[in-house]
Amino acid sequence: MAEVTGLVVRRGGRTVLAGLDARLGHGVTGLLGPSGSGKTTLMRALVGSQVVSSGSVSVLGHPAGSPAVRGRVGYATQAAGVYDDLTVAQNLAFFARVLRAGAAEVDRVLEVVDLHEQRGQVVARLSGGQRGRVGLALALLGRPELLVLDEPTVGLDPVLRARLWTRFHELAEAGAAVLVSSHVMDEAERCDRLLLVREGRLVADGTPAGLRERTGAGTIEEAFVALVHQEQP
Amino acid sequence: MSARVTAAVAVRVLTQLRHDHRTMAMLLLLPALLVSLLWWMFEDVDTGAFDRVGPALLAIFPFTVMFLVTSVTTLRERTSGTLERLLVLPTARLDLLGGYAAAFGLVAVVQSLVTVLVSTTLLGLEITGPVAMLVLVAVVDGLLGTALGLFVSAFARSEFQAVQFMPAVVIPQLLLCGLFVPRDALPPVLETVSDVLPLSYAVDAMLTLSTSTGTGEVWRDLAVVAGFVAGALVLGAATLRRRTA
Repeated sequence: MAEVTGLVVRRGGRTVLAGLDARLGHGVTGLLGPSGSGKTTLMRALVGSQVVSSGSVSVLGHPAGSPAVRGRVGYATQAAGVYDDLTVAQNLAFFARVLRAGAAEVDRVLEVVDLHEQRGQVVARLSGGQRGRVGLALALLGRPELLVLDEPTVGLDPVLRARLWTRFHELAEAGAAVLVSSHVMDEAERCDRLLLVREGRLVADGTPAGLRERTGAGTIEEAFVALVHQEQP
Repeated sequence: MSARVTAAVAVRVLTQLRHDHRTMAMLLLLPALLVSLLWWMFEDVDTGAFDRVGPALLAIFPFTVMFLVTSVTTLRERTSGTLERLLVLPTARLDLLGGYAAAFGLVAVVQSLVTVLVSTTLLGLEITGPVAMLVLVAVVDGLLGTALGLFVSAFARSEFQAVQFMPAVVIPQLLLCGLFVPRDALPPVLETVSDVLPLSYAVDAMLTLSTSTGTGEVWRDLAVVAGFVAGALVLGAATLRRRTA
């Protein structure tokens, strides 16, 4: 679904991604790493909104961000990226029109993120978690083949968080590749596959069980620490 | 280019304005109130002064107001992440700019109609040329404000900075447009500067309309302003980057 080769991103003299290689397949892939490790930058490179110093990023068989993939990649940012002065329904209606998706599609995505009852409310009046879910709903419009979700579960209550993870797996079963970033390691177990990043490099790539086995660690958090130590003793 | 996206953006911008009653009221009524204030100021002193200054103000208001509103609105679009979201979708940058221009152009039409009607009926502003033409000049002038606001918003990081561009971009044009000193009486260097500033042509067009029925010169001035609008929109499009650092 996506392939990143030798990706280097520098910002203001600082190297954010230092020659990162990664492949993204079907299913739900977790992108895990501490904050500042380059997760958001990698995601922006995948959707094609990041200036890249060198390396290549291909998505659905085309260069990331090229006209052929616009509209086929859904992106939810940490900042939500919604119009606070419009209602939930107006936000969705606008992006649906841009994407040529119908009114039924708006209802569908509202159902997925559980915001049906809030559809008539102005976004500025919603809670932070609800606002984030509006951004998530926008990313789901038009059934994109690749979903790039930047920390979509931050600040949500555990019940809702569990429900969203179930939704991500449903979307993946329906054929989409789902990439979810998180700095919370306990979310790792919910993913089919994990990409662990630290300081702009890929530390490890594998299934949660595989990574624990490889390191002999009990949790992904311990596995992460073990992998970092292996790399730089 | 896609008419669908342009229309969607225009409808969205107008819906945002509709939610903001205070801004809407200020956009539509403030220029008329300020022109009325000017009329009142001169009423007992020099009744001819209002006829001389009034037309220039009809050019200055839509320009200033649209510049401010557009630069803040587009800055918000840049900082809230909605622009990034839009640019990774199948949208052309000119679709977005066209949508903004259409929405604010429509607001400029209503604003100018209110201001021109209040000036010519209630306040008795003497206009020799066709009033419809006066409205047209005001609208193109509002579009000029929109286009420059779009362009300038690329250089502001915060709303504070965006608002500071008003004195930087608008006030020099206001000083040199012929309102305070006739343009041909300015020192030669300033006259040349005045010749390359778009607001000068809008004010010239308004002044011509207020004193003569001939519209040839007005069309020429209008074409110059329209040229600036097109140029600023192209520059504005260049500042909408799909990829950012």
